[in-house]
Amino acid sequence: MLAKIHVTLKNGVLDPQGKAVHHALNDLGFAEVQEVSIGKYLELQLDGVSEEEAESRVRAMCDRLLANTVIESYRFNLEL
Amino acid sequence: MDPTACPEITDALLDEHNLSREEYQRIVELIGRAPNWVELGVFSAMWSEHCSYKSSKPHLMTLPTQGPRVIQGPGENAGVVDIGDGQAVVFKIESHNHPSFIEPYQGAATGVGGILRDIFTMGARPIALLNSLRFGEITHPKTRYLLNGVVSGIAGYGNCIGVPTVGGEIYFDECYNGNILVNVFSLGLVKADRIFLGNASGVGNPVIYVGSKTGRDGIHGASMASAEFDDKTEEKRPTVQVGDPFTEKLLLEACLESMKEDWIVGVQDMGAAGLTSSAFEMADRAGLGLELNIDQVPMREDGMSAYEVMLSESQERMLFVVQAGREDEALTTFRKWDLSAEVIGRVVEGDRMVISHGGRTVLDLPVKAVVEGGLAVTRPTKRPANLDDNQKLDLTKIEIPDTGKTLKHLLATPTIAHKGFVWEQYDHMVRLNTLVLPGSDAAVLRVPGTQKALAISVDCNSRYGYLDAYTGGQIASAEACRNVVCSGAEPIGVSNCLNFGNPENPEIMWQFEQAVRGLGDWCRFMDIPVVSGNVSLYNETKGEAIFPTPTIAVVGLIENADRHCTQNFKREGDRIGLIGQSLEEIGGSEYLKLVSSEIKGKPPRLDQALEKNVQALCLDWIQNGHLASAHDCAEGGLAVALAECAMSGEEMLGAKIILQSTLRPDALWFGETQSRIVVTYSPDDEAQLIAEAKKANVPFEVIGTVGGNRLQFQLNGDSVMDEAVVALNRIWTSSLEEYANRVG
Repeated sequence: MLAKIHVTLKNGVLDPQGKAVHHALNDLGFAEVQEVSIGKYLELQLDGVSEEEAESRVRAMCDRLLANTVIESYRFNLEL
Repeated sequence: MDPTACPEITDALLDEHNLSREEYQRIVELIGRAPNWVELGVFSAMWSEHCSYKSSKPHLMTLPTQGPRVIQGPGENAGVVDIGDGQAVVFKIESHNHPSFIEPYQGAATGVGGILRDIFTMGARPIALLNSLRFGEITHPKTRYLLNGVVSGIAGYGNCIGVPTVGGEIYFDECYNGNILVNVFSLGLVKADRIFLGNASGVGNPVIYVGSKTGRDGIHGASMASAEFDDKTEEKRPTVQVGDPFTEKLLLEACLESMKEDWIVGVQDMGAAGLTSSAFEMADRAGLGLELNIDQVPMREDGMSAYEVMLSESQERMLFVVQAGREDEALTTFRKWDLSAEVIGRVVEGDRMVISHGGRTVLDLPVKAVVEGGLAVTRPTKRPANLDDNQKLDLTKIEIPDTGKTLKHLLATPTIAHKGFVWEQYDHMVRLNTLVLPGSDAAVLRVPGTQKALAISVDCNSRYGYLDAYTGGQIASAEACRNVVCSGAEPIGVSNCLNFGNPENPEIMWQFEQAVRGLGDWCRFMDIPVVSGNVSLYNETKGEAIFPTPTIAVVGLIENADRHCTQNFKREGDRIGLIGQSLEEIGGSEYLKLVSSEIKGKPPRLDQALEKNVQALCLDWIQNGHLASAHDCAEGGLAVALAECAMSGEEMLGAKIILQSTLRPDALWFGETQSRIVVTYSPDDEAQLIAEAKKANVPFEVIGTVGGNRLQFQLNGDSVMDEAVVALNRIWTSSLEEYANRVG
C-alpha cells in the first residue's frame, strides 16, 4: 500500500520559503504569480496492514513526526 | 464583529482579554464611555503584565540605573552604556518563554529576532547574541524535543542573519518541566552620539510602517504571555509567529543605512502587542497624538479586521517617524531593501490616538490613559510557608562518597555536562570578532578598530533562589560579574530577565521582591547600573511555578584586548591557586541533588565585601599579566572547576592538587561556596601574589601544580582521586550530546 502525504502550512502562517520563491519567479518575469506556498510531499510504502489500520497509523505518524501540527496541517490518501 | 460596536461585557469576555472587572471600570472612567471592540483589545494588550509591568514596576524602581557611563537607562528598547572613544554598547536580555514552549523552533527563533530589533532600533549594529535556557528534567518526555527545537531555532535565526551566538548557559531542572525558559541577550555597537529613541515628536511628521506585511500572527501574544498555562493552552496554538531572518537582515541593513541620514525623528520595533504598543508608546514619550489609517498598513491576508491589524505580532516590522517632507527619501530607502514601507499616519497636536479603517474611526483614545492609566497594583507578599522546611538540611544522613566517582557523575549531569553539541550548531565566529569562544566563563569580543574588548556573561542558579530568593538574586548578579572578571573585564552594565511564577500568589511575589532586592543590593554595592531588562511572570502550569529565575547579563570592558583571560590550564609547571575560601556549604548544590535527589538547605552565602575584593584582586592580576588562567567555582564546586580547567583547553593538561582541610571532604570538593576563583600563574610570581593577596585581605591558597595528563587530588596526605583527564573529558563531552541525539 502506498500512502501519499501532503504537509502544508496552516492558513495564515508566514511562509518565508514561499515568499522567496514568489519573489524569484516575479524577477524572472512570471508576473502572473500572485502567491506561492510551499509544503512537502511524502510517499510511504506500507506492508502488512489493512486499509483501516493504515489510515490510523499514518495519522499517528503525521501527528508525531511528519507534520508539526502547531503550524502545519496534513492530508493523505492511500493507494492499494 | 463590528469594530465600533461596544461589546457586551461578560466575565468570559473579560477573561479572554485578561482584564479584571476593576480594570474594565477603570477604562470606562478614563475614557468616559464604554470601549468598542478594537479599544478593548488595545487596553487588554497594553495593560497586560507583559506590556505594563504592573506587578513588577514598584520593585524595579528600586534598582540602581544611573552611573557615569549610562547614556540610556531602562524604558527604551534597550540600555546604552558608554565605552569611551565616542563609542557605546547597546544591550538587553529578554524572555520568549511561552512561545518557545508552544513551538520551540519558531518561539526561540522569533525571540532572537525580537531582541536583535531592540538593538538595531537604537541605531546599533548587533555584534553578539547569548542565551540562557532552562529545560525540565531530561527524563521528562518533552525535554528532548524542546531542547532540540529551541537550539535549532536559535541557530536557524542567528546563523541566517549573521550575528554570532557567542555564549550562554543551560540548566535542567524538574521545575521547568511545564514551563521552559528561553532568555535571549544581544549587544550592539553604536556611536555614542548617534542613538535613536522611540519618540513620535514633531506635529505633522509622517508615521511610516516598515518591514514585513502584517498577518494574523500571534494575535494577543502579550496577553498569552501574561496568563498561566492550562490544558486548553494547546488550543491557543495558531497564534505562534514564524520568523524570517532574511527579511530581518534586510530590515537591519535598511535601518542602519537610513540612520546615517538626518530625517529620522524616532523609531521603535513592533514587538509584543505589535502596532498598538509601538504607536502608543512613541506618542506617549513625545506627549503628542497620532492619527493612523489602517487601510495603509501592508497586509499579508485579505479581510483582516482593525482589531487583528492592531494586535498582530507579525515579526520583522518597525514604526518610524520621519521629518515632514522627507517621506519620499525614506520610502525609497526602505523599498530599495525590498521591504514593505507605507506612510500610515501623522503626528498631531493633542494627546489622542485616532485610528481609522475603511473610512470609519475605529479607535479614539487618550494616549496617556492607555499607556499609563493601568491600575497600579500592589501585590501582597508572603514568605513561602514551606521555606523553613526547605532550608533544613541534615548532613549527618549523607555519607561521604568516593571523590572520583562523584566527580564523574557530576560531569555527566546535564547542567554541568559540556554544551559543545549546542554551540557547535551556532555560528559563533561570524564577523570575526570573537576572542573567547563559547565554553569559558564569559564570551569575549573584540571592539573593531580599537584595542578594547567586551566580555559578556549570563547567569542564574535558580535553586539558590528557590531556597532563598534574596541570596539567589544576589548570587546571580555577583556570579555573572565574577565570570566577566575572570575574563579580564571590568563590569560596566547589567541587564536582567526576571522569570517567576504567578504574581497573584503572594509567595511568588515575595520571591520576586526578595530577588530584586538581592540584585539591587549587589549592583549598588558594586556601583554597576541596571540599564535594561524584561520581566516574565506567570511561568506556571497547573499551579506549579518555576523556581525564581532572575537571569542576569553582565557586560564588561577590557581596555587591552591582549590581556583577556580564559579558564583552561596553559603551561606545565604553572602553579594553581585558589582565591577565596571554601566553607561547609552544600545546601542547594548540584552535588546534594545528585546524592540525595533533594533541593534543600540554605544556599551558599554571599559576603559582598569579600566578593568585591576577590574580583578586584583577580582583575588586577589579569590586567598586570600575572595569570595564565582564571575560572570561577560554580555548580559542582572546586572539583568540577578544576576538571574544567584541565579539560577545556585545546590541549588537555592535568594537575596535582594537594589540600589540607578540616571541612567535610564532600563540601570541600563539591560545595558551592561563592567568591572563589581558581587561577594559574608562573611559579616565579608566587611570592608576589601571596603578598598582594595578604595586603588586599583576600584569602589565597596555593593548591597545586599543572602538569601531566592526569587529574590527581590529595587531601590531608591521602590520595583521594587519580583520573586520566581524557577519561573525564569523555564523560563530560558525551553525556548531553548522546541524550540529545537519541531517537524515540
